[in-house]
Amino acid sequence: MREISLQIDGREVAATEDMTILAAAKNAGISIPTVCHYEKLQPFGGCRLCTVEAEVGGRTNLVAACVYPVQKDLVVTTRSEQIDKIRKVLTEQLLAYAPESEVLENLAREYQAEKDRFAKEPSFCILCGLCVRYCAEIKQKNAVGFVDRGPNREISFIPEIAASECWDCKECFPLCPTSALQAAFVLMRSLTSSRSFVKPASNKQDEINSITERNQHNGSPAALLQAAAKG
Amino acid sequence: MINSPAELEKLRQEILSKRDPGTTRISICAGAGCLATGAGKVITAFGEEIEKQGLRNDVNIKGTGCPGFCERGPVVVIDPEDICYLQVTPKDVPEIVAQTIKEKKVVDRLLYVDQTKNEKAVHEADIPFYKNQERNIIGNNIKIDPKCIDDYLALGGYSALAKALFQMTSEQVVEEVKHSKLRGRGGGGFPTGIKWEAARNAPGDTKYVIVNADEGDPGAFMDRAVLEGNPHSILEGLIIGAYAIGSHEGYIYVRQEYPLALENAGIAIKQAEEHGFFGTNILGSGFDFYVKVHRGAGAFVCGEETALLLSLEGKPGEPRARPPYPATRGLWGKPTNINNVETWANVPLIINKGADWFNQFGTERSKGTKIFSLVGKIRNTGLVEVPMGVTLRDIIYKIGDGIPGSKKFKAVQTGGPAGGCIPEAHLDTAVDFDELTKAGAIMGSGGMIVMDEDTCMVDVARYFLNFLSEESCGKCSPCREGVKRMHQILTNITEGRGKEGDIELLEELALSTRSASLCALGRSAPNPVLSTIRHFRDEYETHIRDKMCPSHSCKELISYYIDPDKCGACRICPRECTSGAIIGDKNQIHVIDQAKCNKCGTCFEICPARFGAVIRLSGKPVPAPIPEEMRVIVRKRNPKREKQDAGNLLTD
Repeated sequence: MREISLQIDGREVAATEDMTILAAAKNAGISIPTVCHYEKLQPFGGCRLCTVEAEVGGRTNLVAACVYPVQKDLVVTTRSEQIDKIRKVLTEQLLAYAPESEVLENLAREYQAEKDRFAKEPSFCILCGLCVRYCAEIKQKNAVGFVDRGPNREISFIPEIAASECWDCKECFPLCPTSALQAAFVLMRSLTSSRSFVKPASNKQDEINSITERNQHNGSPAALLQAAAKG
Repeated sequence: MINSPAELEKLRQEILSKRDPGTTRISICAGAGCLATGAGKVITAFGEEIEKQGLRNDVNIKGTGCPGFCERGPVVVIDPEDICYLQVTPKDVPEIVAQTIKEKKVVDRLLYVDQTKNEKAVHEADIPFYKNQERNIIGNNIKIDPKCIDDYLALGGYSALAKALFQMTSEQVVEEVKHSKLRGRGGGGFPTGIKWEAARNAPGDTKYVIVNADEGDPGAFMDRAVLEGNPHSILEGLIIGAYAIGSHEGYIYVRQEYPLALENAGIAIKQAEEHGFFGTNILGSGFDFYVKVHRGAGAFVCGEETALLLSLEGKPGEPRARPPYPATRGLWGKPTNINNVETWANVPLIINKGADWFNQFGTERSKGTKIFSLVGKIRNTGLVEVPMGVTLRDIIYKIGDGIPGSKKFKAVQTGGPAGGCIPEAHLDTAVDFDELTKAGAIMGSGGMIVMDEDTCMVDVARYFLNFLSEESCGKCSPCREGVKRMHQILTNITEGRGKEGDIELLEELALSTRSASLCALGRSAPNPVLSTIRHFRDEYETHIRDKMCPSHSCKELISYYIDPDKCGACRICPRECTSGAIIGDKNQIHVIDQAKCNKCGTCFEICPARFGAVIRLSGKPVPAPIPEEMRVIVRKRNPKREKQDAGNLLTD
């Protein structure tokens, strides 16, 4: 693979042609924030927190570093007033769903994001798709997937597959940037609700509360799964 | 099966020789719009009447493509005299046959009347709606039965294909299209020739060409009309494009909601195959090309090219990052060229008449014509094709004939749901890719929605953001969350829950959504918000600060009230009220129960003009209802009127 040179934050950086801006920056020890990225998976470009300015041929574009391929003479800026503004709003939007997430709290500190900017809708899931993509790409089981679109998008375990595949795997849980609780909860719900693909119309928060009450001293995913199996 | 350009020409001459130009031809628009207003019955009625009058051998009747004047459909054109009748019903048919077909007389009452000059227009070309257009693409629709390839061949169809295959190298075809400066008509406006060249130069033996007919903008139907009305023009363009880039396989991606377009495209492909325009060794040139129709399943975002490709592959229709562009890595990873319906339809014209001919239409950086669907509060709803560079004012007033009623123009929304609203002050903006963008809107695929003074601009932004929020795929968070939050804020403002800082928050959300979203849907989604804030900021402020909707359109911010001094106690509004909210009887002043009123506006619409008693209030409290004992109206005795009232009672 051909070596090329590009500029990131004023530094000359060497990279190979097949790299993304994110990979090249990482090699050079320059950090760019990400939420939906994981090295073992195909780049997704969903959270867009890795948005950077990329100048090529005199034109500057805002691009997602995790999916944008490097090219010769590319000039990348990873921090600017504009970029910080964007990351601030993106973080605030995600915080509405997972206010306790450590990953998001760190981002909030870095970009002065306000926690209560948007009405809270704690589903815990920020739809980064790490679990969905891990199960599809690495495990090749597709036990968990996205359902619906736009603001109604959710992750959901497919009961028929999850029932046989998930008990001994659960490798997606630690990947979750918000809390493994969500993955566990969704799995539990799929296994215990009637075996259909129709979403129960119940309020997620109420269901979580009732389960966590029952397992006050042990809120681990494994315990939740046990509780779910009993209940 | 045609095996050479000479055979094609021979067939064309045969078709023409069978067609006496003097024969009477009745062309009835059979596009989706006219069919909806009864064109099917008109076609049947003509058939029956012609049979009855024993004229079957002298008259040719056909259902054609859409000529664009949807407002006055069903449209009927009678040749060779070129007489244009509008809003024809089956009842008019015997008269047309007796008068026009047999006696060669014009039926005056079915002609277009130019209200300003009080003149009647006999010919299509005399009607201002058509006169001010340049109909390079849709002009042939009324001459063609889309289910009959002979009609297309008679007009010189597939001669551009023969020219490209036998007189031009594939490089020359690409060069000609590049030279024409044709830009993509689907909304992107990317130079078509450069796109073709990239796909042509991309390494690989397998390449694909695709027609993007996933037209999803609310109120837009340009592509539908072309695909329904003249499908062969698109097929011809597609085969030429395939030859230019070296592709042997193509797809037409049509949305499922266009049944007639699907049907006509299917018939056209079959007929073209039978004639040897598809398959192996096309016209004996040695070039092979096959095409399939793929039906889209109803997602707006699949009009975005990368989402369309994934959908074609059978995957969820979600956009992916570009680069790599489809030209290098498209369908199944192979170089792919996707163009919009209207873009493809321009190709045979450019090849036949040359890039220089094409360049005479339009502006410096936007060449050719563009079809717009002109809808909303406009007298002449329909499809209009104009050279780029015409002003919005000309389209709205010269072609569209202005705003109906005595209402005032307020704004025109161009570019589909993610377009922008342009106010009166910018009506002299020339319609081309760059000028519309400067005015805060976009060309998009050609939607043009006209709004009058009764339209609330905040509510318009809310409406489009609602559409975009539902149609966002949800993959990337700036679009999914940004559009959703903007929609929430706009909903709050229109429902009286707006607060200081909302406009600034909208602007902040618009920035992140526009800058960081993955695809064009998110990147253009803030346009309706930003353009309305830019041109109508005072309306936002009035909603937020005074809880008032200046257009009296936002239901939560208005009330209906009956002025007791004007109410004539006619009992119409209590009878028509959809929520039973109006109390009133004979000689009893009517009163609206505000708690029951659902603000449908029926009372406002139907209150007789001689009373004009129902008024809309916004931003001020509703006066208390007058006490019951004061509601009685004491009328002067009028024996005639009393008799009439007694009659009313009997029929009530």
